[in-house]
Amino acid sequence: MESLVRERAAATGAPPVTGRMTFDLEQQRVRDLNQFLHRGLGANGVRHVTVLNPDGAHSIAVGVDAPIDVDIEGHAGYYAGGMNKQARITVQGNAGPGVAENMMSGCVHVKGFASVSAGASGHGGLLVIEGDASLRCGISMKGIDIVVGGSVGDYSAFMAQAGRMVICGDAGDGLGDSLYEAVLYVRGSVRSLGADAHEEPMTDEDYAAVESLLRQAGFEHDPKAFKRIASMRSLYHWNADANQEY
Amino acid sequence: MCGIVGLLVKKPELREQLGELMVPMLIGMTERGPDSAGLAVFTEPLPERQRKLSLYSGLTEEGTDFDWLGFADDLQSHLGVEVTIEAKGNHAILIVGTPEATKRWIKEHHPKLHILSTGRFIDLYKDTGTPSEVAGRYGFRSLTGTHLVGHTRMATESAVTPDRAHPFTAGEDFCLVHNGSLSNPNSIRRRLEPLGIQFETDNDTEAACRFLEWRMREGDDLESALQKGFDELDGFYTFLMGTRDELALIRDAFACKPAVVAETDDYVAIASEFRSLAKLPDVKHAKIFEPKPEEMYVWRV
Repeated sequence: MESLVRERAAATGAPPVTGRMTFDLEQQRVRDLNQFLHRGLGANGVRHVTVLNPDGAHSIAVGVDAPIDVDIEGHAGYYAGGMNKQARITVQGNAGPGVAENMMSGCVHVKGFASVSAGASGHGGLLVIEGDASLRCGISMKGIDIVVGGSVGDYSAFMAQAGRMVICGDAGDGLGDSLYEAVLYVRGSVRSLGADAHEEPMTDEDYAAVESLLRQAGFEHDPKAFKRIASMRSLYHWNADANQEY
Repeated sequence: MCGIVGLLVKKPELREQLGELMVPMLIGMTERGPDSAGLAVFTEPLPERQRKLSLYSGLTEEGTDFDWLGFADDLQSHLGVEVTIEAKGNHAILIVGTPEATKRWIKEHHPKLHILSTGRFIDLYKDTGTPSEVAGRYGFRSLTGTHLVGHTRMATESAVTPDRAHPFTAGEDFCLVHNGSLSNPNSIRRRLEPLGIQFETDNDTEAACRFLEWRMREGDDLESALQKGFDELDGFYTFLMGTRDELALIRDAFACKPAVVAETDDYVAIASEFRSLAKLPDVKHAKIFEPKPEEMYVWRV
């Protein structure tokens, strides 16, 4: 966790903006944008990239590895900000399936809603979704922090291994099914918990974690209103008597 | 993978622009479905006693050179009443007063001619090719009507042929397009075939289409039929359906296949992805949402 905090501090402590660049996806290809983000930043001293007319294009700003800002001025399609390292990526509209999937560090901030599998397999960094997130939010998360302003769909945090998810609204069915060591904080109702997930008492550490994540995401809620969902760890070891009933 | 588009215009003056608004939506789904495309458009209705049949000659020996006027003459002398035909290459819309007798005659004399749809409202076009090619082939831009259902196909379940392209139809003025794959289409078929329901292809979507139409023919309204669909149809699906005065959308319980809706005072537009909605007029101010799994969304004309 310490390394995550350090990486995030590095991202937020990025040097002041020295150069800006705009890509208009009505005129330019996503490939042009991504190649610039991967190879063109250093030579041009660009620290802030604006993407116009994203219009649901796939794979916008994937694989960035630099402490820069990327503003996507509209709705993004599949995998926006995927595999991000260090960058602060903002989607001004809605995001399609798999936003910030496999993120390593930095921040992806979605102003609207996010489709299925937001933050899937993320290793680090912070994913903020101001609206609702659809099904399977944070599936197999491996260290990413996810803060959802609205509600999350069914089977969210399925097999989540590490990291934290803060849900300001409600959760659907099967929340946290087969959880490992990830921890979920829910403010609203949970339609049902998945296998091996249960509610645990909030500790001071939990309140501090929720308070910090809410502050980073820019949401104003009382951490005391959240409950903690974590793994019972009963699936960690094979139980021959379970008769496949969990 | 496949792409779905649907459009329903709320104001009568927009009916003239239906095709023009829709073509960029269909072409926007090319990457999701480059091998075939199709579309059902619901138009001003024919008088109560008349029916129109959308016909496809691409599987006959003559193909696009099919002699539609000779066909209409022969049919006319057989039925003894006047028929009207409007041909566009390998497609034609035939207007008759006796659809059942006409269908029997077509099956007997032109077994390779494919009947794509029957009804008072529906015209249907589908063929192999990219969405842009298919749209150009049949002049989709000039189509007019109240609502339409379109599809771009990337085949997974059955071969790339015109008759396996979507939309599928069953009964009258009903069509369905599908993104996904069903895991129990054969058990659905085995239930329906003993009831006299005939299948034209081995395609999984046809099973869903005939199942839902059968439920409605048995007295279910659209909503009850869709509820039975949730219970009986197993697999991954986003289904978009058209009836004479409705568009209906459902997604499976796992929302495996995408869908997004944009609604304004002028229209309701549905697509697999926002890419296909991005060029619609005033979409920046539209209410945009993702339909939830196992919920019914029905929009009426």
